[in-house]
Amino acid sequence: MKILVCISSVPDTTSKISFTDGDTKLNKAGVTYIIGPYDDYALARAVELKEQSGATITVLNVGGADAEPQIRKALAIGADDAIRVDVEPTDSFFVAEQIAAVAKEGNYDLILMGRETSDYNSGVVHGIVGEMLGIPSFSPVMQLDVNGNEASMTREIEGGKEKLTASLPLVLGCQEPIAEWKIPNMRGIMTARTKPLKVIPAAGAALTSTEKYSLPAPKGACKMIPAEEAEKLIELLKTEAKVL
Amino acid sequence: MILIFTEIADGAIKKSSLEAIYYGSKVAEMMGTTATALAIGSADAAELAKAGNYGATKVLHAADAKLANPNSMAYASVLAETVKNTGAKVVVAAKSSFADAVTARAAGALKAAVVGNVTELPNLSNGFQVKVSIFTGKAFADVNVNGDVKILAIKKNVVAPVESSDSASVESISPILADNLFAAKVTETIKATGTISLPEADLVVSGGRGMKGPEHWQPLLDLADALGAATACSKPVSDLDWRPHHEHVGQTGVKVSPNLYIACGISGAIQHLAGVNSSKVLVVINKDPEAPFFKAADYGIVGDVFEVLPKLTKAVLASK
Repeated sequence: MKILVCISSVPDTTSKISFTDGDTKLNKAGVTYIIGPYDDYALARAVELKEQSGATITVLNVGGADAEPQIRKALAIGADDAIRVDVEPTDSFFVAEQIAAVAKEGNYDLILMGRETSDYNSGVVHGIVGEMLGIPSFSPVMQLDVNGNEASMTREIEGGKEKLTASLPLVLGCQEPIAEWKIPNMRGIMTARTKPLKVIPAAGAALTSTEKYSLPAPKGACKMIPAEEAEKLIELLKTEAKVL
Repeated sequence: MILIFTEIADGAIKKSSLEAIYYGSKVAEMMGTTATALAIGSADAAELAKAGNYGATKVLHAADAKLANPNSMAYASVLAETVKNTGAKVVVAAKSSFADAVTARAAGALKAAVVGNVTELPNLSNGFQVKVSIFTGKAFADVNVNGDVKILAIKKNVVAPVESSDSASVESISPILADNLFAAKVTETIKATGTISLPEADLVVSGGRGMKGPEHWQPLLDLADALGAATACSKPVSDLDWRPHHEHVGQTGVKVSPNLYIACGISGAIQHLAGVNSSKVLVVINKDPEAPFFKAADYGIVGDVFEVLPKLTKAVLASK
């Protein structure tokens, strides 16, 4: 089985977000970058499938050279080789186009990625890739097993979940609890250094562009209500906040 | 023309979709055109005509029995075909993981620009620009949308719809449904019934580890019941299986933007805040006065949740 795992490189979820250059660029100073948390689940499940029944895993990132530590980490966790499409991932359609081009070339049985990236949270790249390749796509997938050419999955739906089966090849957007995040071991880190990482140029053009960033207005002070007068909260929610 | 992807649940247009229709009708006004709702699945004509109250002039209804259950691939095919047939240049949907799956595949088929988490009406003064929420609500981006067809997924509570008495004409459509759209077999659906949908809810009561265990949830459920609120929980609570996963709110769970979010015994880790920071009013109840959640809250009560919750429930019932 050939698995393609697409990873994003994003600021750690605990990062304080700020902007520079007249609010036109993300301020990367002091920000730690990580593999997208959802992508990390997809990678972990791919490695488990490889351990269970054998597979080759290619990790794919659409991004600049500064994403390479995250790509090396994915290799250390268990991917066999890597491809980086050398362009900033600024637009969902454009990123999907790059992934679809690599996927067409490589004939993968499974294309896994997170349900969404934790920067733009759009959650559409897997679906666009599926459509471009003419194969089914499902998201958010929280459980995945592969038996021969058949995949069985659990997908989260509003207020519950749904079990489904489909034939490979498939594109899946993954989320917890599909697998536990994996931490690379020393052997993995050593071997990752020599695993192949191919850098290729992008094709096509972005359909959207960000002009300016902004931060939410600062929150006013929290109004404290003594616990013994808790019932006053309901009155305030009615008369002051007007949400009841 | 503006086309609104309209979700139907249990024979009724979803509330979030009514908001999307209203948003779409406002965009239509700005662009000097009309708004049409595309409704897929079974609903009666009176229910569909409701789209008119929210500003749509027309409803296109695809009611093929094959479409009775939500199927993102089939719905996407219907959406893409309808965009082509109507020449719609802007598609609006209410953000949900199902709508994302549908609009994504439609975008792939139409080569459309797609933007998610839109928080305001577009700015048309120089092209087509929308404000979107990014980094799970930690920031915003003004995004220029350049594709020939533009698909916008809007966040809940972006517009406050004003209902009118206008009605919409309803027209049945019979889209082409290729067999391969139904290649996946759904073997089981497990769905909570009789509960208020969390992503759709205006009021949410949520519990964290401070609730001490699944057997202690009753006071929280009582308050939710009295308010008519949906229930939610933090990641540790869902990880411990105290509550079902679909209730998990946060960075890697459901993102909500209700009018009121009441957090009970949740300390307010940054990953949890990410899922709730676009709520209109945040109430935090925690016995630890140093809990970081108080910094993000509008109202706070330092106290034992098991003493505070029954008082709140009593006050709600008394005020009805």
